[in-house]
Amino acid sequence: MPAAQYIGWFRDIGLNDRPKVGGKGASLGELHRAGIKVPPGFVVRTEAFEDFIDALERRAPVRARVEGLATESIEGMGAVSRELRARIEEAPLAPDLQLEIRDAYARLGEPQIPPAVAVRSSATTEDAADASFAGLQDTYLWVTEADSLIAKIRSCWASLYSLESLSYRRRQGIAESAVAMAVVVQTMVDARTAGVMFTRSPLSGDRSVITIEGAWGLGSALVSGEVTPDRWVVGKITGEISVRNISDKAIRHAQSPAGGVEEVAVEDSLRREPCLSDEELQSLRAIGRQIERHYGRPQDIEWAIDRHAQEIMLLQSRPETVWSNKDQAASVAKVSDPLLHVMKVFGGQR
Amino acid sequence: MNAQLKPREFPLPSSVKVISGTEKAQAAYPYHIQFSKTDDQKFWFYNSMHFPEPMSAFDMVTAEAAYCALGAANTRVHCLPTTLGIDHRIINGRVYIGGNAVTDPEEIARRTGEFQKRAFYYYQNWESLYAQWKQKMLKLIEEAKVLPDPVLPEFEPLEHVHAGRGIASNHDLLVTYQKTLEGYFRMWHHHFEFLLLGYGAYLTFFGFCKKAFPEITDQTIARMVAGIDAEIFRPDDELRRLARCAVEHNVDAHFREGASVDDIMRSLRASGEPGRRWLEELAVSREPWFNINVGDGFYHYHRSWNDDLSMPFAAIPGYARSVRAGEPMDRQVEKLREERGRLIADYRELLENDEERAAYDQMIALAHRVFPYVEGHKFYCEHWYTNLFFNKIRSFGGLLAAHGFFASAEDVFQLTHYELEAAIIDLMNAWSTGSPPRGPAYWPPLVAERRAAIKEWGRHETPPALGPIPDVIDDPAIVMLWGITRESLDNWLSAGAGTDSNEVRGFAASSGVVEGIARIVMSVEEISRLQQGDILVCHVTNPTWTPIFQKIRAAVSDIGGSMSHAAIVAREYGLPAVVGTGNATSKIKDGQRIRVDGGRGIVTLLH
Repeated sequence: MPAAQYIGWFRDIGLNDRPKVGGKGASLGELHRAGIKVPPGFVVRTEAFEDFIDALERRAPVRARVEGLATESIEGMGAVSRELRARIEEAPLAPDLQLEIRDAYARLGEPQIPPAVAVRSSATTEDAADASFAGLQDTYLWVTEADSLIAKIRSCWASLYSLESLSYRRRQGIAESAVAMAVVVQTMVDARTAGVMFTRSPLSGDRSVITIEGAWGLGSALVSGEVTPDRWVVGKITGEISVRNISDKAIRHAQSPAGGVEEVAVEDSLRREPCLSDEELQSLRAIGRQIERHYGRPQDIEWAIDRHAQEIMLLQSRPETVWSNKDQAASVAKVSDPLLHVMKVFGGQR
Repeated sequence: MNAQLKPREFPLPSSVKVISGTEKAQAAYPYHIQFSKTDDQKFWFYNSMHFPEPMSAFDMVTAEAAYCALGAANTRVHCLPTTLGIDHRIINGRVYIGGNAVTDPEEIARRTGEFQKRAFYYYQNWESLYAQWKQKMLKLIEEAKVLPDPVLPEFEPLEHVHAGRGIASNHDLLVTYQKTLEGYFRMWHHHFEFLLLGYGAYLTFFGFCKKAFPEITDQTIARMVAGIDAEIFRPDDELRRLARCAVEHNVDAHFREGASVDDIMRSLRASGEPGRRWLEELAVSREPWFNINVGDGFYHYHRSWNDDLSMPFAAIPGYARSVRAGEPMDRQVEKLREERGRLIADYRELLENDEERAAYDQMIALAHRVFPYVEGHKFYCEHWYTNLFFNKIRSFGGLLAAHGFFASAEDVFQLTHYELEAAIIDLMNAWSTGSPPRGPAYWPPLVAERRAAIKEWGRHETPPALGPIPDVIDDPAIVMLWGITRESLDNWLSAGAGTDSNEVRGFAASSGVVEGIARIVMSVEEISRLQQGDILVCHVTNPTWTPIFQKIRAAVSDIGGSMSHAAIVAREYGLPAVVGTGNATSKIKDGQRIRVDGGRGIVTLLH
């Protein structure tokens, strides 16, 4: 077996590998290196995507089809999108790539037991807007066999040719040669509770609080908005829990026997119960602080708590963008005479 | 006609009526603090923070002396740019106050120049001026201590005559009385020498934190600034020390629940050597640390621990149990200091950039510089000195009672300080002429009438504010000392609307969530109603009710900010506290089950 060419394990990846493993993949590798617990996994690097597209190009143009599109022609774009997506979904993967993926996949599980994995697109573009809509769409949970995994990887790649993606790239004038996608394959966490955490307040931008949202089961129910999560605001430094909004969580996402994810009703006794204990909130706070310190800026984090190990796992962390763009200027400047600060109070300034 | 369409507003002072049957008691207060028609132009609020109960005629001396000194400091000494002093009025025993804002920009500019020459000098020389302040206060206290108790001998002592003193004992009464009164007015000047500047520096840091960290709690900021070895904690520290001594000498069993002070003292003395040794330790603690009173020092009946040992003694069994159980007892000064340092550093790290960090450093340094005064002055002023003052007045009450003016010495507090001087001169005259004094026929009915009025006033609610609502409240004195903002006024207005919500909101003073039985304690006399594990609900929480804090699970008050001493002590004890709710004592029923969320400032009525 040749050395891995298309696969990168999390342990071997850092932030600098972003161009080849995408934002999500780089971030997971970086978290792993920082000693944060993430579910084991690997990244199908962009080289795999590029070789795959090159193989398609040899039969019929791909990139040129996109670059020839007029931004105003929705119909034309729709047709190209449908055509390219169909081609990507149908084309076989090169044998060496298939072998590498199947081998890496098998290594994630126990001998003879194929692991359940999540498959997620990992865009290489710096652009947050592009990354965020691509990232939301293309997460496939509970993939439990190798053929299906390979299909999902192709689906991730195909998503780059969705109507939204295409029209976005055309509007921004992004060269097709610069477009690539990596795919993260990560052991599924059988989540008792999952959610998100912002290491600042989404409401006020306050950096001294951590906002945690969570719901029963897999995080997909919360991310897709199908359930109103419990919400807490925890002092980043004090640990004080200043807000506890416990919601009625009617449903949760769980593994479907048919593969993938299904919606399940939450038992009546649990619907209005907090999905996290105070101890877990404090552990999340500590993890949030650690990650924020590691990156040196506020983060937007996805996490899950394993049903069996009751252990917190980090699924993703990315820089918070909304407030970071706002707080450039210092709110208060140093003054020559420290006493002048008091004039704010005594001078009646508001 | 349609009351619902009218914007909500506070009544005008002229529309507030003196409660029927109390008119004469109301008229007893000096003319210059009675409401007049022109007062309708101005915004007033009920100072329930300092004067939560109807004021007796004598006790109004505190309002008079305090506002005299506060105004002098603001208007003339430090020249605050945007505000002068604070006016006060009384109706139905309730003290209303209103600030005098400076609004003319030229005048503000002129005063700003003066302010910086004066206040900045204080900030720059804070430590030496504060050291000097303590000396002044100790001297003032010493002067008050050496004032003789008023006595009138039948004949002038022979040694006075032989020494050619030339002044008779009746004149000494006047001298002692006037010195007593003068000392009290002087104390209030000392009290305000630093206070506004101290609060101002603190609030500057506070405002910065609120801007940089919009969701930071008041209590977190308070913890960053709080003094570690502030004198306000000393009386309580002494109780712990005494509890430890009691265990060491094995006399703690003498402090039985329900036993009177006399019983306990008797059984300690009877226990021989161990009891004697403990009583020696008690004497050490009492001077000066038991000169703390059970209120804020604004009422003659807020007696000190020294006057009434039942309060400190009630705390001994609880502390002694902790000693026996081997629980840590002493305030962990080093640990607290370290925690404070870490808190400051951690928040500093979160700031956006180095420029903000530099400003933060400047402001916290100033806040730390001023804070020992902010926390420490109360012990000297409102407690130690005020106890001496009221007790001296009480001794005049005793003398007048002995000459038939009053049924008891306590009646003296039903006279204004002007009337008291007249009564003393009446007695001086009578002693000199040999005729009977006029007071015994004159005062008793008035005293009875005024006592009845105070009782009656206490049964009636009073509006939280009067007069036109200002658009903005940016008078730094009012914001700093009373925490009143436009927002709190709106809360008062909506509180009056009788909302059916089962929540009471206030300032988050000390975090934690507990449920328990509410015990409404409207005055110091009712403290004994508190059972172990109750939640204290009172008009104004008071740190000198300290022994209570080991008994209760949480505290809720109508009045107070996150820097009120109640909040400070609650944080020390780790008890949830919600302060400044405006109406907790009227909305919560005695015995009701409530949940106090001190971190969010919310009290929920459960049943």
